[in-house]
Amino acid sequence: MLNLIWLLLLASGIIVAAINGNIEVVTEAALGAAKGAVEVCFDLIGIMALWLGIMKIAENGGLINTLARLLKPIMVRLFPSVPNDHPAMGAIILNLSANMLGLGNAATPFGMKAMQELQKLNKNSDTASEAMCTFLALNTSCITLIPATIIGVRLSFDSANPTEIVGACIFASLCAMTIAVSLDYWFRTKSPWGRKK
Amino acid sequence: MLLDSLTVVSKWAIPLLLLAIPIYGYIKKVPVYEAFVEGAEEGFKTAVKIIPFLVGMMVAISVFRASGAMDYLIAAIAPLMVALGAPPEVLPMAVMRPLSGSGTLGIATELMRVYGPDSFIGRLASVMQGTTDTTFFVLTVYFGAVGIKKYKYSLYTGLTADIVGLLAAIYICNMIFR
Repeated sequence: MLNLIWLLLLASGIIVAAINGNIEVVTEAALGAAKGAVEVCFDLIGIMALWLGIMKIAENGGLINTLARLLKPIMVRLFPSVPNDHPAMGAIILNLSANMLGLGNAATPFGMKAMQELQKLNKNSDTASEAMCTFLALNTSCITLIPATIIGVRLSFDSANPTEIVGACIFASLCAMTIAVSLDYWFRTKSPWGRKK
Repeated sequence: MLLDSLTVVSKWAIPLLLLAIPIYGYIKKVPVYEAFVEGAEEGFKTAVKIIPFLVGMMVAISVFRASGAMDYLIAAIAPLMVALGAPPEVLPMAVMRPLSGSGTLGIATELMRVYGPDSFIGRLASVMQGTTDTTFFVLTVYFGAVGIKKYKYSLYTGLTADIVGLLAAIYICNMIFR
């Protein structure tokens, strides 16, 4: 599926550009994006190192385990295949908390850490495990309590009430999260993908 | 009042974490600096590992956008979106949301500059920005970090959540801001 989407994005872009007679934009867009992708990763290096460093301290001190134990009742239901004392649980919790608070650049390192821990439990290392799918479903649709970035943009344009959109964001992201978690559950338990173990 | 507390939270959250966790670790007899460096090293490796995945995805999305193919996609879904109560101006943002976070934020900023943050368009754009995450980016980066190539049903779940989030954003904005 992903292979097809990737091919469709690339091929339809090139074909449309050719038909419209502006094929030169393809070269520029492709080379620029390739360069941009590396820049994004370089920007990430420092942030990743900082947060994973801090997280290691919290982990070695036992803080993350405590956090995971507190949220155990929910986590066990969402991630039945992950032992509840596994380090993945702590990283998942940190990632989701950072997402809820709108701390985007702290969320990414925790998320990757969570994936690495989940990968240790994964029997088939090039295929996503059920727990990984659940985690990404939650992550991409996570309820937003403080959409910090957009509040900042609204502030910069002198909005009369920059935070008036918070309630609407919570409602809409709650809808998205409910659907994502339900759909994930359905795929996990009812679809052929989930059943074959 | 709400704004003040939110500003305070976003200003203090990170400094407080940076203060509290090392102090906590020190009390728990963790060799704090050594632990930090050990964790940071993992961060470096992970960031480097996602480069090929991100290059692949960003090139495809960028070509799709720059060629004008995305404009056709927007034109194709426009009538549907307008029927649901979304102004046509926010359509590019809706299509961009799962593909590119910075792209979406750019469109949202532009919409607010042109129409004002307190217009219906500005508010809807804000809610759309705050509702879901960039599914393609998250999938590429997170799966890339551990070398997963087969995403199973993840993409369907993520994109369905994006569509539901979008529809919910249009609905709630029409309810409270019209």
